[in-house]
Amino acid sequence: MKKPSGAAADSTSGAPWFFLAPALILIGIFFFLPVLAALVLSLTDFDIYAVGDVGNTRFVWFRNYTRLVSHPLFWTALQNTFYFALVGGPLTLAASLGAALLVNARLTRFKGFFRTIYFIPFVTTLVAVAIVWRYLYHPQYGLLNYALSVFGIGPIDWLGNPKWAMPAIILMAVWKNFGYNMLIFIAGLQEIPEELYESARIDGAGALRQFRSITLPMLSPTLVFVAVITMIGYFQLFAEPYVMTQGGPLRATTSMVLLMYEEGFRWWRMGYAASIAFVLFLIILTATLLQLRLQKREAV
Amino acid sequence: MLYATLVIGALLALLPMVWMVSASLMPQGEASSYPPRIFPRAVTFEHYAALFTRLELGRFFINSSIVAVTVTFTSLFINSMAGYAFAKFHFRGRDRVFRLLSTGLVIPVQVAMLPLFLLLKELGLINTYWGVIIPGMASIFGIFLIRQYVMSLPDDMLDAARIDGAGEFRIYWSIVLPVIRPILATLAIWTFLSTWNDFMWPLIVLSEESRYTLPVALANLSGEHVQDTELMMAGSVLTILPVLIVFLFLQRSYVQGITVGSVKG
Repeated sequence: MKKPSGAAADSTSGAPWFFLAPALILIGIFFFLPVLAALVLSLTDFDIYAVGDVGNTRFVWFRNYTRLVSHPLFWTALQNTFYFALVGGPLTLAASLGAALLVNARLTRFKGFFRTIYFIPFVTTLVAVAIVWRYLYHPQYGLLNYALSVFGIGPIDWLGNPKWAMPAIILMAVWKNFGYNMLIFIAGLQEIPEELYESARIDGAGALRQFRSITLPMLSPTLVFVAVITMIGYFQLFAEPYVMTQGGPLRATTSMVLLMYEEGFRWWRMGYAASIAFVLFLIILTATLLQLRLQKREAV
Repeated sequence: MLYATLVIGALLALLPMVWMVSASLMPQGEASSYPPRIFPRAVTFEHYAALFTRLELGRFFINSSIVAVTVTFTSLFINSMAGYAFAKFHFRGRDRVFRLLSTGLVIPVQVAMLPLFLLLKELGLINTYWGVIIPGMASIFGIFLIRQYVMSLPDDMLDAARIDGAGEFRIYWSIVLPVIRPILATLAIWTFLSTWNDFMWPLIVLSEESRYTLPVALANLSGEHVQDTELMMAGSVLTILPVLIVFLFLQRSYVQGITVGSVKG
């Protein structure tokens, strides 16, 4: 990489910009520009009248943000989003790691087969499986309640009870997403040299001890990476509540993105919606930086 | 013990899918009976027939295909050019542009959606396929994936072609593209699956039912036909089937992409 090579290596050639131009123009106009515009939008009172004529927009500076803070529904959405990310995220990681350890175990045969099966939920279309799960969660005819009734657990109104709706969405999300993280964990596990385990066995370390002293520390960079991408994804919760609960019951599953969608694209309060989007951005940015810092400290 | 856990896990992973297929073949009302049935008493294809005749699911199928195929091919071309440029050229500002692009990875796409909608409205692209396609035509992730792969290629190959007097586009088109075919396959599958499954942006851009992609149409139908469990399951099967087929046939390339993409972390 470092050594300059060939004619194209000299910086006067226009070739690289020719190759970059389409991508940079598209990403610039249709991503970075809108992101910057969103910041401006969040400082205006852009609403349904402005959709018709932009002239009806005024700068209101931070009024959207102050309204946000005094809007109980915003706090509900914020709380729901954190609930989903902070409970669903770790559960997904645990399920993924468990599956990866099982599939990657020395004694397991048909590794490829199990890996494929576990991965299938991830490739499916979220909207379609959300509809399927809506029926699995049916209080009367759903398979889940039927299975629970075998153990004497009374019918739970999964999606109709504000207490259970979010756990139900989390359960589905764990099922849907664990296979993806599992693959990354398997790749990480395979990088751990086998000799480490061998010498640990010679020293008489049991399976649990090996897991704690070898697997976990060796896997920690992978763990942080997976935690970051899972969390970023989970903070953007939208389709599950949109399809399964419409944000209900009693707003128990209204996420920040769902609230942004409703405010922006149903009521056309786009200035206000943009402020929600920016708060979400700040949360994701903060959480990402925190986890990366954590990783750095561990590496020292 | 090990196998018992593995098999139970596999059953749990597959159960919702199995039930979906099974319920889609049940006569009207059978999926809402107690105790719930896992397999149909008698197999019927009436719901599939109804989807294509009464509900015109074929229309949405075509819409989804147009969008997913166009995004896949255009983005493959555009991302591979950019990834190649980042990997094999030394030019002023390269690192700065690259760093700027990386910051884009932590910005949630939803932040861009509100202004993007207004922009596309100005361009007259709301409720068109292009409105869905254009924002997907270049992706930062795709550029990174290609760059990572091209960096591992030896420079000599490209220099030899240059000495032979080949033009830069010729080199990209007839030397680089053929060698990076594995990563192109990975990116193609990734892009196809994620575009096919995408929901929020098509939901926002497409306002007229005749333009809906399958997930948007399905979400819409599921509101009107809550009681028609079997019909909705048939619709879900048809939505998932194409991605499942693509995945099962091409999973090697797909899986490779996930692990390559994660190594940089």
